[in-house]
Amino acid sequence: MTDIAHTSQKEGIKPPVVSVGVIGWIKANLFNGWFNSVLTVVTLLFLWKTVPPFFLWAFMDSVWNTTGQVCRDAGGACWSIISSNLRFILFGFYPYDLQWRPLLAMIILFVLLYFSQNRKHWKKPLAYAWIAGLFIMGLLLRGGLFGLDPVESTQWGGVPLTLLLSVFGLTAAYPLGVVLALGRQSKMRAIKTLCIVYIELIRGVPLISLLFMSSIIFPLLLPEGVTINKILRAQMAIILFTAAYIAEVVRGGLQGMSRGQYEAAESIGLNYYQTMRLVILPQALKIVIPPTVSQLISAFKDTSLVVIIALYDLLKTTQTVLSNPEWMGFSREAYVFVAILYFLGCFSMSNYSRKLEKELSRGD
Amino acid sequence: MVGLLGYYLVSNTLHNLERQSIATGFGFIHQESSFEIGESLIDYSAASSYGRALIVGALNTLYVSFIGIVITVILGTVVGVARLSTNWLVSRLAAIYIEVMQNIPVLLQLFFWYAIFYETLPSPRQALNPITGVFLCNRGVAFTIPKAHPAHIYMAFAFLAGCIVVYLVRRWAKKRQERTGKLFPVFRVSIGLLLGLPLLTWWMGGAPTELNMPKLVGFNFIGGLTISPEFIALLLGLVLYTAAFVAEVVRAGIQSVSKGQTEAAMSLGLRPPMVLNLVILPQALRVIIPPLTSQMLNLTKNSSLAVAIGFPDFVSVANTTINQTGQAIEGVALIMLVYLFFSLLTSAFMNWYNKKAALVER
Amino acid sequence: MDKESSVTTEQKLSDEAIIEIIDMHKWFGDFHVLQGINLTVHKQERIVICGPSGSGKSTLIRCINRLEEHQRGRIIVDGIELTNNIKNIEKIRAEVGMVFQHFNLFPHLSILENLTLGPIWVRKTPKKEAEETAMYYLEKVHIAEQAKKYPGQLSGGQQQRVAIARSLCMNPKVMLFDEPTSALDPEMIKEVLDVMIELAQEGMTMIVVSHEMGFAKSVAHRVLFMDFGQIVEGNTPREFFENPQHDRTKLFLSQILH
Repeated sequence: MTDIAHTSQKEGIKPPVVSVGVIGWIKANLFNGWFNSVLTVVTLLFLWKTVPPFFLWAFMDSVWNTTGQVCRDAGGACWSIISSNLRFILFGFYPYDLQWRPLLAMIILFVLLYFSQNRKHWKKPLAYAWIAGLFIMGLLLRGGLFGLDPVESTQWGGVPLTLLLSVFGLTAAYPLGVVLALGRQSKMRAIKTLCIVYIELIRGVPLISLLFMSSIIFPLLLPEGVTINKILRAQMAIILFTAAYIAEVVRGGLQGMSRGQYEAAESIGLNYYQTMRLVILPQALKIVIPPTVSQLISAFKDTSLVVIIALYDLLKTTQTVLSNPEWMGFSREAYVFVAILYFLGCFSMSNYSRKLEKELSRGD
Repeated sequence: MVGLLGYYLVSNTLHNLERQSIATGFGFIHQESSFEIGESLIDYSAASSYGRALIVGALNTLYVSFIGIVITVILGTVVGVARLSTNWLVSRLAAIYIEVMQNIPVLLQLFFWYAIFYETLPSPRQALNPITGVFLCNRGVAFTIPKAHPAHIYMAFAFLAGCIVVYLVRRWAKKRQERTGKLFPVFRVSIGLLLGLPLLTWWMGGAPTELNMPKLVGFNFIGGLTISPEFIALLLGLVLYTAAFVAEVVRAGIQSVSKGQTEAAMSLGLRPPMVLNLVILPQALRVIIPPLTSQMLNLTKNSSLAVAIGFPDFVSVANTTINQTGQAIEGVALIMLVYLFFSLLTSAFMNWYNKKAALVER
Repeated sequence: MDKESSVTTEQKLSDEAIIEIIDMHKWFGDFHVLQGINLTVHKQERIVICGPSGSGKSTLIRCINRLEEHQRGRIIVDGIELTNNIKNIEKIRAEVGMVFQHFNLFPHLSILENLTLGPIWVRKTPKKEAEETAMYYLEKVHIAEQAKKYPGQLSGGQQQRVAIARSLCMNPKVMLFDEPTSALDPEMIKEVLDVMIELAQEGMTMIVVSHEMGFAKSVAHRVLFMDFGQIVEGNTPREFFENPQHDRTKLFLSQILH
């Protein structure tokens, strides 16, 4: 037997037609095997039945910029409910002429967020920019200084309120969560127990119970005559709630730190606070950035619960519009609009989180 | 220092309560509640006590949570597996479902479904009738159910008996396999028994086919089984939302089993169902169960949003109680205690499971 | 034909082919990973395949037990042709054993259960018999005392030996090895190679993808060099290492034998 191993010299043969190109893709992805083929057919049928009617309702027969009466007569979606009430949905009871202020505040927020995306910008100047930015945003909403008319917090509403509750909520909850996580690891019995009790208690109850607690019980805890405004109460509940979840996330990061790091810091002579601040926390917090962003997304979604304690966030302003007799009955359109807004916000955040996770796992 | 702060807060509270003449303590539980509850699993009227009202609320919470969890696990698993399907269309649709449902607040989804019922569906007089015996209207969904008949009790017993027989058959089949190596079609036989025995009893009981159909009487439907729009909206919202998260958990679990495991199992000659059963699922479940229990707990906690659409769950009932008695502290404390109880139960289960299932390592 | 082996005494290789690969091509999309492979493996023959990474050597042996699917050409194992026919694929897989670079032991099962899984569920062997076979092979790879342990408790070298025993429990006619020692720490490579040499001594047909040239020299009947999806050169170990014919072979050998 001569050749038991050789290669036939045929350079540049093409793979069989049915395995490449468009046909190959269709065959491999939609019709490989009888089960998948049946699935594809059933799915296409299902899509055929549902998608065209939806398009008809949403775009073809829809009405975009009219009064409520015309809407009722038309058969399709009534998007006029959005266009006619847009400023109220977005800004709530904020005085009409002064709405440029919350708008400006939101723009500043988005600009800051945009810059914070790139990890190369994560240095001291950015932190200062954020502090200044938050201050300016609060100022724009509140007024009372620099010639701006004061606007009571009872009039704040819509998207600015939602953003306010989430951003401030997370910003304040983060340090609190870190402290709780460290406390949970503490060697002092009392602190450790206190932290564990707090974390397990808050994580075990629904946010709504905390909102109830803050809006009804907090006033009872204060002496006569002292009141805290409603938004602050809700904000505190959100902060307390989010802090417990952040504590668990940070705990995961701390547990991921090897003993070697602690030992190295000790051998240099750093004390507890220095070790934490300079060695452990920078690494641990970096590891848990993805779950932290996930918490931010949850906090953003959870702000919608303040509807229940009658704060005029984005959801409640929408519902107020729906209770107007002229616009009654178009809940679908209104809720779809709000859903799109929330979706855009959450989706961009989760996309960012995924991108960040990829970057971090590649090792910078 | 903490003590001083606590003392300050407590004294303020007591002073304020006194000022507004609100009682303290849990005495209100025995008082007459004087409010109605829309849906209840046990007997209840406005003359019942607050305590009873709260129990009704708690039962409603458990009821909707239980059904919600079962449906969510099934739906979530299907979507999670679909996401991994080699069929591009199916996996894309699953991905879209997951992304959309995860990124819209659950409360908004509840409002949306509730609005669909209230606004889009017609009044009972013009109720939709998609299939004979099922009516959709803005008062809820009315189903036709079999008319109560003694045979049903026997069918239930037959099912239970079937379960026991299936268990015994499995034990016997396993022993036989160990002894002789021969495989017994346990799965098919089990299905046959679980379906067949009740069917047999039904036939023996005279094969009753009478149905209890909902009939339009005046402005509403009488008869059959009616499910309120609040319940359906709550269930739909919770299930569709949580299932998206469960789908991701299932997907991550299946993907956590390295491809090499499948390859090694296939190289031994195992067929795909066996590979799934013996190699992939045991490993995937270890990764899936802990986050799955978290999601189940989330669903239970989210059911508290029922208060926003008027379904009388525990929070909703407690809220009404607080409004009527003014005893906010006790009310909120009760709410937190009840949910804390559920959470601790779940934590204990997770810890137990994790210990039991942990892979043995150095 | 003559055969060079310092492992056993001169033994005439059977003329019976156990694996035939005829003009086999495989593409990954547009990438032509295997270009016209022709190979005949005889019973009890031992072949070592070497070559740079990306040359297609792993893909080649993975095609033999259908972990990868070839698009053109024919593969015939023990008289059964490898096609889309599931029954054939399963028959072939039961006759061909595979040892992976990363062991792929089932972590949720004990060592013993790892070994008895195949016999019980594929060959329908009673449990007792399967366990006896398992213990026999565990003894063979010198690891019987770890039978009740779990893979996570063993070292890499121990795990790989268990993996070899696991494949042997199915009584395969051919054993494929996909870089069996590449993931091991240096001090554990020898224990695995020793087991493979013992296997060779008993006359098992083996195809080994490996960089362990010492093993190739002492055990192989034939060493093949693959590059860019083609079998460039194949010869007895002595001829291969002392008189490489092609430039690519010479280049490769100079890179790994220094």
